[in-house]
Amino acid sequence: MIFLTVSKQSTQKKEDTIMNKTILTLFLAMATSVSAFAQANISPAKAQTKKVILLGGVVHTGNGQVINNGYVVFEKGKITGVGDATVVKFATNDAELININGKHVYPGFIAPVNTLGLVEYESIKATLDFQEIGNLNPHIRSLVAYNTDSKVPATLRSNGVLMAQIRPSGGVISGSSSIVQLDAWNWEDAAIKTDDGMHVNWPTVPRGRGGRTGFSSESITERIQGAISELSSFFAEAKAYNEGAKPAETNTRMAAMAKLFKGEQKLYITANTQKDIVAAVNFAKKFNVTPVIIGGSDAYLITDFLKQNNVAVIVKQPHALPNNIDDDVNMPYKNAAILYNAGVTVAVSIDDFWQQRNLPFMAGTVAAWGLDKEKALQTITLNTAKILGIDKTVGSLEIGKDATLFISTGDALDMKSNKIEKAFIQGRDINLDNLHKQLDKKFSDKYTIK
Amino acid sequence: MKKILLAFALVFSAVFVLAQQTYPVNGSFDVRSGQYAFTNATIVVNANQTISNGILLIKNQVIQSVGTDTSVPKGYVVINLKGKYIYPSLIDAFTSYGIPVDPSAAQRGFGGQRQSIFTSTKKGAYNWNAAIRPETEVRTIFSIDSKKADDLRKAGFGSVNVINRDGIARGTSAAVTLNDEFEHKVVLRDQSAANYSFSKGSSTNDYPTSLMGSIALLRQTYLDAAWYKNQKEEYNISLDEFNKQQNLPQIFEADGWQNILRADKIGKEFGKQYIIKSNGDEYQRIDAVKATGASLIIPITYPKAYDVEDPAEARNVTLAQMKAWEMASSNPGILEKAGINFALTSFGLDNAREFWANIRTAIESGLTEKQALLAVTEVPAKLLGISDKVGSIEKGKLANFLITSDNLFKSTNIIHENWVQGKRYIVNKMDVSDLKGIYNLNVDGVGALILKVTGATTASIERSGADSVKTTATLGRNGDWITLSFNLKKNPKGDIRLTGYISSELPIAMKGESALSDGSEGKWTATFKEAGKETPKRERSEEPKSALATNVPLIYPFQSFGNEIQPKSESVLLKNATVWTNEKEGILQNADVLLENGKIKAVGKNLAAGTAKVVDATGKHVTPGVIDEHSHIGITGGVNEGAQSVSSEVRVGDVLNSEDVNIYRQLAGGVTSSQLLHGSANPIGGQSQLIKLRWGKLPEELKFAGADGFIKFALGENVKQSNFGSGQRFPVTRMGVEQTFVDAFTRAKDYETALKVKGNNVRRDLELDALVEILNNKRFITCHSYVQSEINMLIHVADSLGFKINTFTHILEGYKVADKMKAHGIAASTFSDWWAYKFEVAEAIPYNGKIMHNVGVTTAFNSDDAEMARRLNQEAGKAVLYGGVSEEDAFKFVSLNPAKMLHIDNKVGSLKAGKDADVVVWSDHPLSIYAKAEKTFVDGVLYWDIEKDALKLKQQQAERARLIQKMLDSKNKGGRTQRPTGTTSTLYNCETASDFSNGFEAINSEEGGHHHE
Repeated sequence: MIFLTVSKQSTQKKEDTIMNKTILTLFLAMATSVSAFAQANISPAKAQTKKVILLGGVVHTGNGQVINNGYVVFEKGKITGVGDATVVKFATNDAELININGKHVYPGFIAPVNTLGLVEYESIKATLDFQEIGNLNPHIRSLVAYNTDSKVPATLRSNGVLMAQIRPSGGVISGSSSIVQLDAWNWEDAAIKTDDGMHVNWPTVPRGRGGRTGFSSESITERIQGAISELSSFFAEAKAYNEGAKPAETNTRMAAMAKLFKGEQKLYITANTQKDIVAAVNFAKKFNVTPVIIGGSDAYLITDFLKQNNVAVIVKQPHALPNNIDDDVNMPYKNAAILYNAGVTVAVSIDDFWQQRNLPFMAGTVAAWGLDKEKALQTITLNTAKILGIDKTVGSLEIGKDATLFISTGDALDMKSNKIEKAFIQGRDINLDNLHKQLDKKFSDKYTIK
Repeated sequence: MKKILLAFALVFSAVFVLAQQTYPVNGSFDVRSGQYAFTNATIVVNANQTISNGILLIKNQVIQSVGTDTSVPKGYVVINLKGKYIYPSLIDAFTSYGIPVDPSAAQRGFGGQRQSIFTSTKKGAYNWNAAIRPETEVRTIFSIDSKKADDLRKAGFGSVNVINRDGIARGTSAAVTLNDEFEHKVVLRDQSAANYSFSKGSSTNDYPTSLMGSIALLRQTYLDAAWYKNQKEEYNISLDEFNKQQNLPQIFEADGWQNILRADKIGKEFGKQYIIKSNGDEYQRIDAVKATGASLIIPITYPKAYDVEDPAEARNVTLAQMKAWEMASSNPGILEKAGINFALTSFGLDNAREFWANIRTAIESGLTEKQALLAVTEVPAKLLGISDKVGSIEKGKLANFLITSDNLFKSTNIIHENWVQGKRYIVNKMDVSDLKGIYNLNVDGVGALILKVTGATTASIERSGADSVKTTATLGRNGDWITLSFNLKKNPKGDIRLTGYISSELPIAMKGESALSDGSEGKWTATFKEAGKETPKRERSEEPKSALATNVPLIYPFQSFGNEIQPKSESVLLKNATVWTNEKEGILQNADVLLENGKIKAVGKNLAAGTAKVVDATGKHVTPGVIDEHSHIGITGGVNEGAQSVSSEVRVGDVLNSEDVNIYRQLAGGVTSSQLLHGSANPIGGQSQLIKLRWGKLPEELKFAGADGFIKFALGENVKQSNFGSGQRFPVTRMGVEQTFVDAFTRAKDYETALKVKGNNVRRDLELDALVEILNNKRFITCHSYVQSEINMLIHVADSLGFKINTFTHILEGYKVADKMKAHGIAASTFSDWWAYKFEVAEAIPYNGKIMHNVGVTTAFNSDDAEMARRLNQEAGKAVLYGGVSEEDAFKFVSLNPAKMLHIDNKVGSLKAGKDADVVVWSDHPLSIYAKAEKTFVDGVLYWDIEKDALKLKQQQAERARLIQKMLDSKNKGGRTQRPTGTTSTLYNCETASDFSNGFEAINSEEGGHHHE
């Protein structure tokens, strides 16, 4: 398998031989970090064997703290030390010491609610694996379609995005998401948390065309009401189904709701207008579930409500146009900061699977428009981990957590200075190469330019 | 039975009214002279002349005389109109009365689904495109519609212009009266006007799919018709008819002031002055509308208030919608003050009755009664060339007039009768005698009572003395027949019912039979005692007044963030900033930039301010304005004319939308110039328009003066229609794409040669004209492109056919052929990091810009997206991230380099004395995610200021609150409301194929996606 793909995407030399391929493969195995001539799918890194000490840089812990001359130590994939480098000395005989003077360390960024690995080319049906037929699909699970050989994840890693929550979309109940790390052989070792959440799209008024949707506003309202009551009765019946004795006839859809009602799964509801958000939250409360709101473009209008109900929000990408013509032209930039400052737990997301590498700059935008930089960083690290329920192991640089982190020469939230030199996932020193770097190399070589 | 009755009625009426010379009669002829004399009336002859106590004589549907001193000759039926008024009956210049309306004509507008119908399927030698149908003549399809005529007459109309509202060239209308006898009788003018619009109507042809396509088609039709006159090759009924109609009045249905300007511009190109039917928003840019010199036909439809009870829903109503609601009724008055010649039409009203309520509101909002009358009588008569027959009450004109109870415009006025061509139509039965007053009433078996008649159906009864009582009575009247009922409670008990008649008129007396509840019958009489004391009664109008705008300032544009006063160019010294010159001086620290008279006066250190306002820019960065090489904002009516593979005849410059809020939003991102491109639905698209973001200016004023013309080409999946469409239109492969270019340019060359031969009657072809311009280096190509094979292909085609490619846009595999582009001097305008959204971007890489730049290709980053355009500076920052382009060069990707490829680097793109003062002040390093544009100047005009914006938002909030309160008041008083539907600005990218299924209504109402093509 490897041979085959290597030969396909190796150099363009016509005289390629079996011999070349063999050499290439050997070369790959020996030095995973140097693979410029290799295939786009870079080999996942081997487990951490030696303690690593990152010494001397700016440590952004992801929980709001920053240590200007700090250190991070990790061993066997776990963080064993974080702190002020001026007050400690390290024995380096058993460790790999990496001097990060003037550089920055960040916890790996987490890209929530996207279809990474579930699609390769948006316009090609054969590559689309994120939306099933049907309206109520709680039994659909994204993880099994997650393609670790997709060329896309590697392009995220090199910008610091090391984890993602991948989810099905479409319908009213889209199905279950899972959380993956982005350096894996297949979806089993990729999974950080399997079936972490159930995803619901709150039925809503199609915006924009007004009377020209082909339906009158009355009939739209009716359709929405219909969809909401369908959703409500499904939830009610599913709850009863899972509380009672196992019925003679199994219903896989309803059975798939068990984890949600047991509290083992989160409920993510996509809702954007204030009315929809309120309706969605109240709906969830009826079933004793506290939902996470996805989208929330009008959430800034109802911060009190969100806070009182302890509802977290994963806002849609700040790089968006305002919902209304009259809105502050910079409103979408400010939404997350307003929520954060009001005490709502907020994380930031970005649309489109291939755009996920721009997630760091979404947090940068939040920082530019009203939030302290370290707090803005939380919206793609610890807050995200908390909301997704994985903060025990990831999301910040704290002892005992996974050593999923990276080193950037500059401020990683700013495209001007985001430059990832090294990244570790669970302590593994991952390869930061990707298809784009390879094509860059190939053609820069052609023109003999740098 | 019914049928027989109907037949009887028809025969009867035919015999009764027949005046048709050529028609045989079944039975004895019944020809009447129709001689009537109307006496004692106040006759409003026209808007300028009123005769009191006048006499009007009519005979055979014609007015014989009008005056005071005429005596009534014998043989006339005399109608005494004491206390009544006579007005000329009204004329509506814009109706579809009496013709079948094809519902598809209204629905289709332009755009909609393409059906792969490339040429007209209409039988006969007609135009290739079914939207050009000047052969349609209303006179051949018109038939009297009694029901509709009745409705219109009730509202006071006596004649109308009938237009077949279908197509772009719609053929001739006919002016008819609302007499309902014979088609032969009612036609006032068989070809009253030639008619046009931008909507293709019922035509099933794919072309045009856009407003700019409609405009191009009309333009080409003028040229085709001119050519047709002098050729012998083909017979074409449509073009023949088109030519014949050129001396008629030309009526253009073009809703909205922007469309008025568009229509007028086409008219002027061909020496035509259209009469323009618009939609009532002219007040928003009255000066520009006036400057067209066009006479207008204006509806008086007003938007209903929005239901804003729910604040969450109210958020979906825009400030512009609210203001339009408030301002709408002021429009006629504003037109009058501006001195614009206009007629009012009932077109668009739900029912004709609204006409009066709305006209009165317009009068309350500033329209004078005189102008109102003119606008429904003499003006439309003149526009339609029928003022010799209708429009005033003068000898020799048709006996078309109204009898009213009062001044026509008073809310209490009643239209009694509407005479059309001498035929009497009763609207509200005229009761010559007014019963109002106090009467002595005597009823047998009851005794003496006092009757007070207070209204047409209201009366009260009083009895004084021992059995004193006061009660209301119900009054009924049918002509002279009177009914009255009341209940005195005791003496006697039960209802008392009286029926009777008016027995004398001066003074009024009534008498008749009475019936008491005990069954006894008797007589009653009532004699006039005295006039009732008029208690001033509250005027009861059907609906609370529409919003009246008093001293509400207009904003430019008529949109959120518009300015009451248009900002002017300032003299400003930006002091002590980091200045990115884009010149050999590079990035200057602690430097100044002086702006004066719209230009950059000086760049350097320690500049003297002189009279300039000094802005401390310490810690700030000052750069030239951002230039977006690939944008689709500020366009209306569709961005693709995709029905044909070559559409070089269409021009984005024809369809600019100056009111697009995205202009303001992008100023907030430091953008000062944008090239607005046609989409990528076809290999040869339309002509581009370069604009400056002059927020608040008119569409024509947005245009970047003196800039070279460009045109959009496209390659790849979109032109092959890989991901949408039926796949019927050629081409569907990259092979076919090549031949599309070869064919088009080969034809263009032959055409150019033919044009040069003297005496040739070569058909001017706007499509080929644009290609000839390209061949002669007078128009320049921006070509949408993705993969290297197609890029290579077009370079070869261009070489072999002798034209140049100026810019490849998108050019995501440019890095694979950068050397070839460099060798050909072709520029590149790409995305920073977009990929994977379709197959042809499978190998799109963010290093693309860097590689092309390093090879020596002039490289830019563009947006193709209204959102991304707001932060192109950050996109430029990605050139640093991916490939380490120097910061100075990276910023040029969105400033100097696009200026170069647009041939405007002599005016913009760098900070240099003498260049346009298109300048941005940033809060931070302009390539940084943390940078905000704090001030954006275009031509030295401060169009964006982050502080002023905050203020504007506050004012806007207050203005919204005021209008919301006003709408709530209107609703509480029972005014009708509409649900807020929410509007967002129309967003286009290259792939937006067909946006319009419903004419122009979709403007500002479609939510666009966030996707590139």
